Amino acid sequence: MGEVRGGCCPPMDLFRSEAMQLVQLIIPIESAHVTVSYLGDLGFLQFKDLNSEKSPFQRTYAAQIKKCGDMARKLRFFKEQMDKAGVSPSSKPVTQTDIDMDGLDLKLGELEAELVEMNANNDKLQRTYNELIEYKLVLLKAGEFFSSALSSATAQQREIESHQVGEESLDTPLLADQEISTDSSKQVKLGFLTGLVPKEKSLAFERIIFRATRGNVFIRQSAIEVPVIDPISGEKIEKNVFVVFYSGERAKTKILKICEAFGANRYPFTEDLGKQNQIIDEVSGKVSELKTTIDAGLLHRSNLLQTIGDQFVQWNSLVRKEKSICHTLNMLSLDVTKKCLVAEGWSPVFASKQIQEALQRAAFDSSSQVGAIFQVLHTKESPPTYFRTNIFTTAFQEIVDAYGVARYQEANPGVYTIVTFPFLFAVMFGDWGHGICLLLTTLVFIIRENKLSGQKLGDITEMTFGGRYVILLMALFSIYTGLIYNEFFSVPFELFGHSAYACRDLSCRDATTDGLIKVGPTYPFGVDPVWHGTRSELPFLNSLKMKMSILLGVAQMNLGIILSFFNAVYFRNGLNIWFQFIPQMIFLNSLFGYLSLLIIVKWATGSQADLYHVMIYMFLSPTDELGENQLFAGQKMVQQVLLLLALVSVPWMLLPKPFLMKKQHEDRHLGQSYTPLQSTEESLQVEVNHDSHGHEEFEFSEVFVHQLIHTIEFVLGAVSNTASYLRLWALRHLIHPVGLIMCFILSLSFCSLAHSELSSVFYEKVLLLAWGFNNVIILIVGIIIFIFATIGVLLVMETLSAFLHALRLHWVEFQNKFYEGDGYRFYPFSFALLSDEDE
Amino acid sequence: MYGFEALTFNIHGGYLEAIVRGHRSGLFTAADYNNLCQCETLDDIKMHLSATEYGPYLQNEPSPLHTTTIVEKCTLKLVDEYKHMLCQATEPLSTFLEYCRYGHMIDNVVLIVTGTLHERDVQELLEKCHPLGMFDSIASLAVAQNMRELYRLVLVDTPLAPYFSECITSEDLDDMNIEIMRNTLYKAYLEDFNRFCQKLGGATAEIMSDLLAFEADRRAVNITINSIGTELTRDDRKKLYSNFGLLYPYGHEELAVCEDLDQVRGVMEKYPPYQSIFSRLSYGESQLLDKAFYEEEVKRLCLAFEQQFHYAVFFAYIRLREQEIRNLMWISECVAQNQKSRVHDSVVFIF
Repeated sequence: MGEVRGGCCPPMDLFRSEAMQLVQLIIPIESAHVTVSYLGDLGFLQFKDLNSEKSPFQRTYAAQIKKCGDMARKLRFFKEQMDKAGVSPSSKPVTQTDIDMDGLDLKLGELEAELVEMNANNDKLQRTYNELIEYKLVLLKAGEFFSSALSSATAQQREIESHQVGEESLDTPLLADQEISTDSSKQVKLGFLTGLVPKEKSLAFERIIFRATRGNVFIRQSAIEVPVIDPISGEKIEKNVFVVFYSGERAKTKILKICEAFGANRYPFTEDLGKQNQIIDEVSGKVSELKTTIDAGLLHRSNLLQTIGDQFVQWNSLVRKEKSICHTLNMLSLDVTKKCLVAEGWSPVFASKQIQEALQRAAFDSSSQVGAIFQVLHTKESPPTYFRTNIFTTAFQEIVDAYGVARYQEANPGVYTIVTFPFLFAVMFGDWGHGICLLLTTLVFIIRENKLSGQKLGDITEMTFGGRYVILLMALFSIYTGLIYNEFFSVPFELFGHSAYACRDLSCRDATTDGLIKVGPTYPFGVDPVWHGTRSELPFLNSLKMKMSILLGVAQMNLGIILSFFNAVYFRNGLNIWFQFIPQMIFLNSLFGYLSLLIIVKWATGSQADLYHVMIYMFLSPTDELGENQLFAGQKMVQQVLLLLALVSVPWMLLPKPFLMKKQHEDRHLGQSYTPLQSTEESLQVEVNHDSHGHEEFEFSEVFVHQLIHTIEFVLGAVSNTASYLRLWALRHLIHPVGLIMCFILSLSFCSLAHSELSSVFYEKVLLLAWGFNNVIILIVGIIIFIFATIGVLLVMETLSAFLHALRLHWVEFQNKFYEGDGYRFYPFSFALLSDEDE
Repeated sequence: MYGFEALTFNIHGGYLEAIVRGHRSGLFTAADYNNLCQCETLDDIKMHLSATEYGPYLQNEPSPLHTTTIVEKCTLKLVDEYKHMLCQATEPLSTFLEYCRYGHMIDNVVLIVTGTLHERDVQELLEKCHPLGMFDSIASLAVAQNMRELYRLVLVDTPLAPYFSECITSEDLDDMNIEIMRNTLYKAYLEDFNRFCQKLGGATAEIMSDLLAFEADRRAVNITINSIGTELTRDDRKKLYSNFGLLYPYGHEELAVCEDLDQVRGVMEKYPPYQSIFSRLSYGESQLLDKAFYEEEVKRLCLAFEQQFHYAVFFAYIRLREQEIRNLMWISECVAQNQKSRVHDSVVFIF
């Protein structure tokens, strides 16, 4: 289809999207896998899902997908283990050893089993190790506690004894008696338990034990300074060593149960001091023994992980490819004979040779008896849009695609965006100092392109990096416009010779242009630096830039309408040429084209005419005399004609098209009933398959309303869009919110700030002010503020806002003249894209 | 009473309401259930689930799957969502969310106590507990011998403590006692929750009173049916009914004296909302009653999402997700045990 249409124009890569075709592949089932894999390497075919009514697990290759999922799970497991062990998968180029999927599956299974077993053994050892460590801690802490208790008890005893010795009195027997009675109560056997309890649970633990035994316990706890590893969970927790004294068996069972409930590990403890030391020695010995065993195990494990790590990347990509192949195979429909698979998909026309080659190669490699059949289908479905972009054009195409993907083969505004976008940006941003800063930044990105493109960048950096070539052009254009505006960080330079004006005498220093006389030739390039800082600077530059904005705007809008003409020619749509393109051109140019003409005439002749007045009274009273506002002879006549043309073009746009469309539609239907049916069987089949909505309903009222809306939009849009282009001027010369804030901060009494204004504020109020103090410190502070303000506000924020406005001018003012943007993107099945998608 | 809740609700509740509505849109639709019901093995189910929000929770499970793993992981998702919402919530929403889990706490307490009574391992019991109803000292429930100890030892620290005031006895625990305890606790909990919602006012009170009344009535019916033929006296039975709901008070009096299922049916058919439930069952059939009640509940829960600026959506979402997990469990069990013909018996479609 594409090649039939494309006859009129020379092939332009980026201007029209690639010609696409719907192809059908009939692939023998035994070579299907290889075929799809080769097509994936090629990456030029977008498969259509022919089984969309089937759920995922009812499809042919569901089992394989499941297997891939399982392998992916194993790989994730390895990855997790490697991360834990600190082994990184090697990124060195993998040796391309051929492994088939079954072998890989087997191997992964073995490795997993080995690793799991190793982990289990290791865990067991680790657990015993941790238990021993805990035991040791309990022994130490509880021993401390017991010994301190013992010493305090003996001290008490000694005190009592000394007391007794010192004060032999009448009631000594009585006291002795008391002592005996207390002794007898001690006869009840006190049991005790020692162990460890997590610190955050220790309070609740103590409380519950207290409640459960009704207070008949004695609990001592002491915190361990360093967190220990819990043998059961394997996590580091802060723990307390506890000793509980109780009396009676019932209390013991209760306490045991509570210990269990709180996950408190109990350890035996002997009262005998000598034995304690012996146990501690024993435990320490065991600990060091276990340590060596565990280390050996870990070494073994990390060796295993290292071998896995060497091939991990390769396996991972292999599994991912396999999974995507199976997903693709699932989209193919099984032939009735179950001998072959039928695939349908979109491919660019230029790639059909490559695809066929790949098919042949696949048939050869899989030693299948029959090759795959490749045939082109005819369809009325709209093909996907595919632009072959390169590293430079991608970012610009993204700008267009963000608004909407182009309809199949319609004129692509991306081509023009490459120049107009940075240019309009620069019109707003123009300052060659800032432009150079921007240029240096983006050059850093471009020079380190190869290094940066591989790695993961931050959000904002990533965005800047992606648009590096856009920024490069933006910077270059900013330097250019900055030279025209003659601004370098808002300071004018006399780069191109001396100013054309000079003071007549010494009295003209008061920042006006009154006393100036022209002394030399006109300043050769850009704005004469003498304007800077004078009282008439603003009116002069405003007038210049406003007029320039309108000229640029009208030019760009005309380009948009002309593109709609190219589209109409390309799609053979005569109606759009005669009843849309022509009246639109007339309408826009009879009003705003005329305004542009007036502007140029005024510049050329140096006339004093008031253009506002001319334009307004052209509508209000076209018959009045122009008087002093006349720019050329016969102007009144021209204006009347133009006005008339503009008035005529509105109904011209509105009325004929819907009626003619209705007529065309009726003709088509009338004609259709008499044409013979298409003869070949194939085309019939295709009709059945793909022509389900061949002739859509024609609703006249809908079409008419649509046309009405379109007309109104254009007529109003012509005015509002032209006004909208004034943002090119406004962004430089209106009060800017950021300016206001900065204004407030710097406590300036008045400000009219936009880019150039802001930058002059920073320059004059900060840098020059600081200079004036003749103090090094103030100067340094001033320079620092100046640099930060320049980078933060002017370079970053102003870049963003100018970028946004340029974006809007393209999306709305330019593209609404011709761009449909209702296509869909071409997503080929490609392994190269696959690796980007994940992670 | 409607205040100006629409004006101020979003200050604190807007974010979470958006979150919960987002979660709700992740619930399975009839198409999902259709696909699930066609699965042949548990791996098929896993494959289908991997395309849903449960995907990340199941993707690292090795292949011989068990129903319990699926259910556990799916519950984990609910718990994660609940915890996230609880973290973000401010008063009184956080209290409301806390209330939503007390029911699970009661169930867990009963589960542990019954389990210990039958001398099961505590660790094993803990694994069976619903993670939403966990609290710190839940494991030490095993120590208690009777209700008084239960209360004094453990539950006094939990939010359930106030509900215990009615069932503190020194009798030893047995199955009957525990069941009575569960229902008494539940009664107190529902009444408290209802009071709390009424205090919140506005749409929350309106919708929650409907949902809680339904819950109370369903419990009343279940208590009645389960206590038929046991030694529970009529007065005791009546004591277990919550003091609100559509059936309160006259329905309760009638239910208290019911001796068989058909009498219950007679009582219930006087209430128009329940008439439709019972009219679908044939006489003498109680198996399908649960499902009928679940269906009715789901319908009411879905209606809660029709209004905005209220907390009932959180309650409704948690309930709906639980129902979905129940459905999933049933389907998985049917698939695992090759009983696919019975798959539709107990699945309650949500949408």
